[in-house]
Amino acid sequence: MTAITEELVREHNLSDDEYKRILEILGREPNLVELGIFSAMWSEHCSYKSSRVHLKKFPTTGPRVIQGPGENAGVVDIGDGLAVAFKMESHNHPSFIEPYQGAATGVGGILRDVFTMGARPMASLNSLRFGRLDAPRMKHLVDGVVRGIAGYGNCIGIPTLGGETTFHKGYDGNILVNVMNLGLVRTDRIFLGRAEGAGNPVVYVGSKTGRDGIHGATMASEEFAADEAKQKRPTVQVGDPFTEKLLMEACLELFETKTDAITGIQDMGAAGLTSSSFEMAGRAGSGVELDLSKVPVRETGMTPYEIMLSESQERMLLVARRDRLDEVLAIFHKWELDAVEIGRVTDSGRVVLFFEGRIVADLPAAPLSDRAPVYDRPRAPLASPEGPFLWQTEPEPTEFGKCLRRILASPNVAEKSWIWGQYDHMVQTNTVERPGGDAAVIRVKGTKKGIAMKSDVNPFFCMADPYRGGAIAVAEAARSVACTGARPLAITDCLNFGNPEKPEVMAQFEAAVRGIADACRVLGAPVVSGNVSLYNETDGRAIPPTPTVGMVGLLQDVDKHVRMPFRANGDLIAVLGETRDELGASEFLRVVRGRDEGPCPEVDLEAEKRLVDLLATLAEKGLLASAHDVSDGGLAVALAECAMQGGVGATVALDGAARSTALLFGESTGRAVVSFAPGNESAVRDLAKQKGVPFSAAGWVGGDRLRIDGRGKPLVDEPVDALAGLWRGAFRKALEAADVL
Amino acid sequence: MKFGIVVFPGSNCDEDCHHVAKDLLGCEADYIWHHDTDLKGADVVILPGGFAYGDYLRAGALARFSPVMESVAKFAAQGGPVLGICNGFQVLLEAGLLPGAMQINRGLRYVCRDVHMRVENDATPFTSLYPKGSVVKMPIGHMEGNYTAPPDVLDRLEREGRVVFRYCDPEGRVTDEANPNGAARGIAGIANEAGNVVGLMPHPDRCSESLLGNDQGIKMFQSAVSALATR
Repeated sequence: MTAITEELVREHNLSDDEYKRILEILGREPNLVELGIFSAMWSEHCSYKSSRVHLKKFPTTGPRVIQGPGENAGVVDIGDGLAVAFKMESHNHPSFIEPYQGAATGVGGILRDVFTMGARPMASLNSLRFGRLDAPRMKHLVDGVVRGIAGYGNCIGIPTLGGETTFHKGYDGNILVNVMNLGLVRTDRIFLGRAEGAGNPVVYVGSKTGRDGIHGATMASEEFAADEAKQKRPTVQVGDPFTEKLLMEACLELFETKTDAITGIQDMGAAGLTSSSFEMAGRAGSGVELDLSKVPVRETGMTPYEIMLSESQERMLLVARRDRLDEVLAIFHKWELDAVEIGRVTDSGRVVLFFEGRIVADLPAAPLSDRAPVYDRPRAPLASPEGPFLWQTEPEPTEFGKCLRRILASPNVAEKSWIWGQYDHMVQTNTVERPGGDAAVIRVKGTKKGIAMKSDVNPFFCMADPYRGGAIAVAEAARSVACTGARPLAITDCLNFGNPEKPEVMAQFEAAVRGIADACRVLGAPVVSGNVSLYNETDGRAIPPTPTVGMVGLLQDVDKHVRMPFRANGDLIAVLGETRDELGASEFLRVVRGRDEGPCPEVDLEAEKRLVDLLATLAEKGLLASAHDVSDGGLAVALAECAMQGGVGATVALDGAARSTALLFGESTGRAVVSFAPGNESAVRDLAKQKGVPFSAAGWVGGDRLRIDGRGKPLVDEPVDALAGLWRGAFRKALEAADVL
Repeated sequence: MKFGIVVFPGSNCDEDCHHVAKDLLGCEADYIWHHDTDLKGADVVILPGGFAYGDYLRAGALARFSPVMESVAKFAAQGGPVLGICNGFQVLLEAGLLPGAMQINRGLRYVCRDVHMRVENDATPFTSLYPKGSVVKMPIGHMEGNYTAPPDVLDRLEREGRVVFRYCDPEGRVTDEANPNGAARGIAGIANEAGNVVGLMPHPDRCSESLLGNDQGIKMFQSAVSALATR
C-alpha cells in the first residue's frame, strides 16, 4: 500500500491545514484512493472554497425560481406547466491546452447538466475571450475552439445561438471558453441529483471509463507556467457527441416514460464518479456502496484510484427504484449504451468503495462537502483608476467617420458570422432571432411564449472597476433581452478570475460579485446557477476580471418580439436614456487611441430597471419597429448596426453636454436606440415619460447614408453599404492576416 | 395521409419534420425506429437531417446498413415518395437510392446560413407547388454537402431532368459565388429515375413558418400531400 507522504499530499494540491482536516474527519490516515477523492472534492473547481463566502451575497430566490444554485442547473417557472433549466460553465484550462476537445467537452458537460434535470436542451450560447490574434498559438486556439463548439453542438443537434467574442492582450496566456445551455422541462418532471431510498440500485450509464481527464478538476484549479500547457494534455478529456446524443435521448425517454422509476440522477462531470457519488449521497443525507470492479472500463488494469478520478465524458450516475430497475436498463440498452448496476444506496451516511472484493475507500459522505475548507482570503484595497485622464484633455479627432470605420472593423465590434456561421443555429426549428441580434430568441412550441437569452460582460469595464463592471454586465444583459421585448427572469454566471490567493485578485472577485448581486436585486433577476473559474493566470499574469452573466428573459407573446434592424423609410429614431460625457474603457480609446484607460462608465441601476420595463412595455404594446441596446462603440456603432442590418440609411441629430467623441463613441450605460412609425411617436414619448426614462427624438430612417450630427455640427456621413461591407468583412480579413484561414 | 419519419441513432431533425407534418399540415405523422422494418403504413417517408451514427466514418455510411433501409428501398421501388433532407440525402446516396456522393464542403468548415436555389424540376412529388425556374430561399447546415459524381452521371442527371434544385443567387443565376459548398454544377438536390425519391441538402423543415422568418419550405411537404391526394 502506498504510504501517504508529505510530497504526495502536496502533489494532490492539498495544503498542510487541509490534510490536517482530513485526518480529523477520518480519525486516521487516508489511503491513496481516499486522498485522491479529497483532493478532487476539495479542489477549487469542485468546492468553491475561495468563492463560497462571497457567493452567499447573490439573491437566489424569487416567485418563479423552482431550483436555485446547488443542483446541476437552475430551474425557473415560465408558466403553462413549463420551466427552463439553465447554467453556464467554463472550460478555460482544457481549451487552452487542447482547444478542439477542450471546447467540445465544455459543450458536452453543460448539456449534461441541463438534461440531467429532466430538460431537453434547446439552445446554447458561448462567451469567448481570446488574446491578440498574433499572440503565440492564438490562431490555433481561435480555430480549434470554434471548431470544437461546432463539432459537438452540431452533431448532437442543439442549436448554438451565438454569444460574444472579445480579443485583448489580457487573454494572450489564458483564453476563456464559457458555455451556456438552456433546456425546457415540465415542472412535474424535474429530476435532482439525490441518492434516495436505501437498497435502491446505483446505475452507471454511458461511455466506458478511461484514463482521460484524471485530475482535471485539480488542474483547473492551478495556474500554468509557460510550456506547462503541453504537459497537461493527458488531463484533457475527449468528447464523443454521438454517444452523448444517445445518452441524452435515452435519459429523456426514461424521464418521460418511466418518470417514477428513478429517484435521482447526476452527470459525471468534473471529478467524475467521485463528485457524482459523494454529492448524490450528500444531498440526500444517505450513503452509497459501489463496486468499482463493475464499472465499465475502456482499458485493462485500471486502478480504483483511476476509476474514481477519471473525467471520461458522456457518463451518468442514477438511482433507480429497485423494483423498476429492469425497465430502466431496457431503455439504455435500446440506445445501445452501457447501463450497469454498480452499487446501492445505504442509510449509513458513508460512501464505501469496493474493488475486487475488498474495501478500497470508506468515507463519510456529507463531511466531504459540508466540512470542505472555506477561505475568506485576504483582499487588497481596490485601486480605481484616478483622473485626470488623457482623453479628457487631448484634442478631439477631426475625422469622426474614419474613427467609426476603424471601430466597426475592429475584431471586437466586427460582425462575427465567421464564428456563428459554423454553428448550427436553426436545428429544432425554434430560432426566432438568429445570432447577430441583441439577444437570441427561441419560441416555445405549443405555447405563445418566447425565451430570450444573452451572455454578457465587458471585461474592460471590470478592469477599470470590478464592482461597476459586474453590475453593468447584468444591466446590459437585461437591456439586451428587453430590446427583444422580453422581461428578465433570472441569470446564471461564470466568474473567471486570476489566482484568488493574490489579494488584488480576490478584491476584484469580491467587488464583481457585489456588483452582480446588487444589479440582480434591483432588476429582479435572481442567480439560479453558476460556476467559478479561478487561477486563470500564466506566468503570474492574471486575466482581466471577467464575470460573464447569462441572462434569460421571457416573452409572453413571441409574435411581438422586436428586432435590431431599422425597417421602414420614414420611421422615427429616438435615443432612450442619458448620454454622459464618458469615454473611459471604451472601444474608441482601445481602437483609435490604442489605450486601456478609465474610468468605467457610471451605472444607475434604478434607471436601468426603468429602461428595461419601458422597452418590454413598448414591445408588448407593439409600438416599436426596432430596438437596439447601446454598448461597445457607443451610439454611433449602435446606429450603424441598426442601419447596416436593415440595409437602409438614417439621419440623426444628437444633442447633449458631452463632447462630440463621447456623444458618438462614449459607452454610457442605460441607453437604447429605438425606431417606430411616426404615428406612434406620441405614444412612445408618453410611455417613456410615464416610466421616467429620458427620451430624445434623434432622427429618421431613410436614404442610403448614415448621417450623424452632434449639436448641429455634421460629424459622420458615410454610405451604409460601404460601412456594412467593412463591418462584415473585417473579421474574416483579420483572421486571414493572422493566417487562421 | 401519413408521414413516416425514420429515426436513426443520431438523427436530429426527426422532431422538426414531425412538427411540420403534424402541427403545421395537420397530417398524421409517426416515427420509424431504424431497427424496425415496418413502415407503419406511411404514405410518404422522410429521412431527416442530423448525424446518423455521428457521421462517423462518413456521413450516411453506417446508417445505410440499418434494417429500416431495406424497407425504404422496397417502398421506393414501389413508387412511394421518399424525401431525404441533408443527412437523409447523404444516407440515400450511401444506400444507392440516389446516384453520386458527398465530399466535405470546399471551405472545409460546417456552414449554417440561408441559400437560394432555383427549382429545376417541378414534376417530383415534393416540388409540384414550386413553379419551375422560380427561386426558393432555404437554410443549410452541413459539413458534407459538396455533391459529386462522375461526369457521365452528372450529364445523365441533367439530361433526364433529375437535377431538382441548383444553388443560385437571389436573382436565379447559378454562379460559383452562390454555391455554398462546391457541389458539382451547383447541384443542391436530385431525384431518382422515377422521380419519387428526392434528396436535397437545404432544410425545408427549417423554413416552414413565418415566425421563423421564412415559410418557403412548407411547399415541399404540401406538394407531397397534393401529389398523394391526386394519385
